Amino acid sequence: MKLSNTLIAVFLMAVVTYMPRVLPIAVFKKKLKSRFLRSFLFYVPYAVLGAMTFPGILYSTGNIYSSAIGMGAALILAYFEQGLMKVAIGAILTVYISVTLLK
Amino acid sequence: MKSLNVPTHRQTTAVKKRGSADFFHGLRQGIPIALGYIPVSFTFGLMAVNGGIPVWTAILISLSNLTSAGQFAGTNLIIANASLLEITLTTFVVNIRYMLMSLSLSQKVAPQMAFLKRCIMAFGITDETFAIASLEKGEITFGYFLGLVTCPYWGWALGTALGALTSSVLPRTIQSSMGIALYAMFIALVVPAAKKSRAAFVVAITAIFISSLFHWAPYFARTSGGWSIIFATIIASAVGAFFYPRGDDEIE
Repeated sequence: MKLSNTLIAVFLMAVVTYMPRVLPIAVFKKKLKSRFLRSFLFYVPYAVLGAMTFPGILYSTGNIYSSAIGMGAALILAYFEQGLMKVAIGAILTVYISVTLLK
Repeated sequence: MKSLNVPTHRQTTAVKKRGSADFFHGLRQGIPIALGYIPVSFTFGLMAVNGGIPVWTAILISLSNLTSAGQFAGTNLIIANASLLEITLTTFVVNIRYMLMSLSLSQKVAPQMAFLKRCIMAFGITDETFAIASLEKGEITFGYFLGLVTCPYWGWALGTALGALTSSVLPRTIQSSMGIALYAMFIALVVPAAKKSRAAFVVAITAIFISSLFHWAPYFARTSGGWSIIFATIIASAVGAFFYPRGDDEIE
C-alpha cells in the first residue's frame, strides 16, 4: 500500500475507534432508571473480558498447544492476583519455554 | 446575596487539591496497565514493521488509535493491501464494544461533567482502563481518569517504538510467544474479580461459552471476531442482569 493511502487508512481507523468511545458518554448524561439496564452495564466489563480472551487466546502465538499452556500459566498467576505485568510476562515465558520444549 | 454562590479561595483550592489527588490516584493505578501494555504494543510494533510499515507510522497508529484488537486488525489489513472500506469497517466492528463500555462509564461519571471533558476522557477508554475504572468505588472524576490513562497511553507508544525498532534483532520464537501478552492481561483483570463475585464469574463464563459457540459451532462459526465479542457481551451481561440484579446502592 502507498504511504499516502496507509495514512488515510490510519486516519479512518482512528475515527472509527474514537466514535464508539465518545458518542455514548458525551450524549448520555442521565443516570438510567431501569435496574435491569444498570445491572447490565455493570456486568459489561466481565463479559467483554471473557469474550475477548477465549477462544482468541488459543490463536495468539501461532501454536495452539503452547498457547493453551500459556493460558494455564496466566490463569494460575491471575488466581493468585499477581498483577497485570507479572501475569503477562509469566504467560510469555511459559509459551516460550513450551515452544522450545515441544520442538 | 450573590457572593454566596461564588466559591471562596479556600474552596477552589480544595477542589483543585481533590482534582490533583484524584489524578495521582489514577496515575498509580495506570502504572500496571502501562507495564502490561509494553509487551503487547511491542508485539504490535514488530508486526507492523515486519509487514513493511515504517517505524514512525507504527508509532503514529498507536498514538492515534490507542486500541489493541482494533489496530492489530486494521494494520493487518493495511499490510494485506485491503481496501479502505474493508479496513474501516473491520476496525469499526472490532471497536463497537467500546460503545457498551462508554455507556457503562456514562453511569459512573458525575452527571454534571462538562461535554469537553467527556470528549477528552473518551479517547482513553480501553478494555483495561475501563475495567480498572469500573471497579473503582464511587463516581469517576475527570482528574482520576486522566491520571489513569496517562501511563498506559505513553506505555503503548513506547512499546510500539521498541518493538518497531528491534524487529530484526528478536528471534522469531520470542516474537510469537509475545502474542499471548494481551490475553494474559485480560485474564489478570477478570480472574481476581470472578474469584470474589459469583455473578462476575457466571457472566464471564457465559461470555466465553457464547464466543466459543460463535467460533466452533456450525452455522455460527462465520461470525466475525468483532461481532462475536459484541453478541457475547450483550447476552452474557443480560444473563448477569437477569439472574443477579444489582441493588441501587451496589451500583453506585
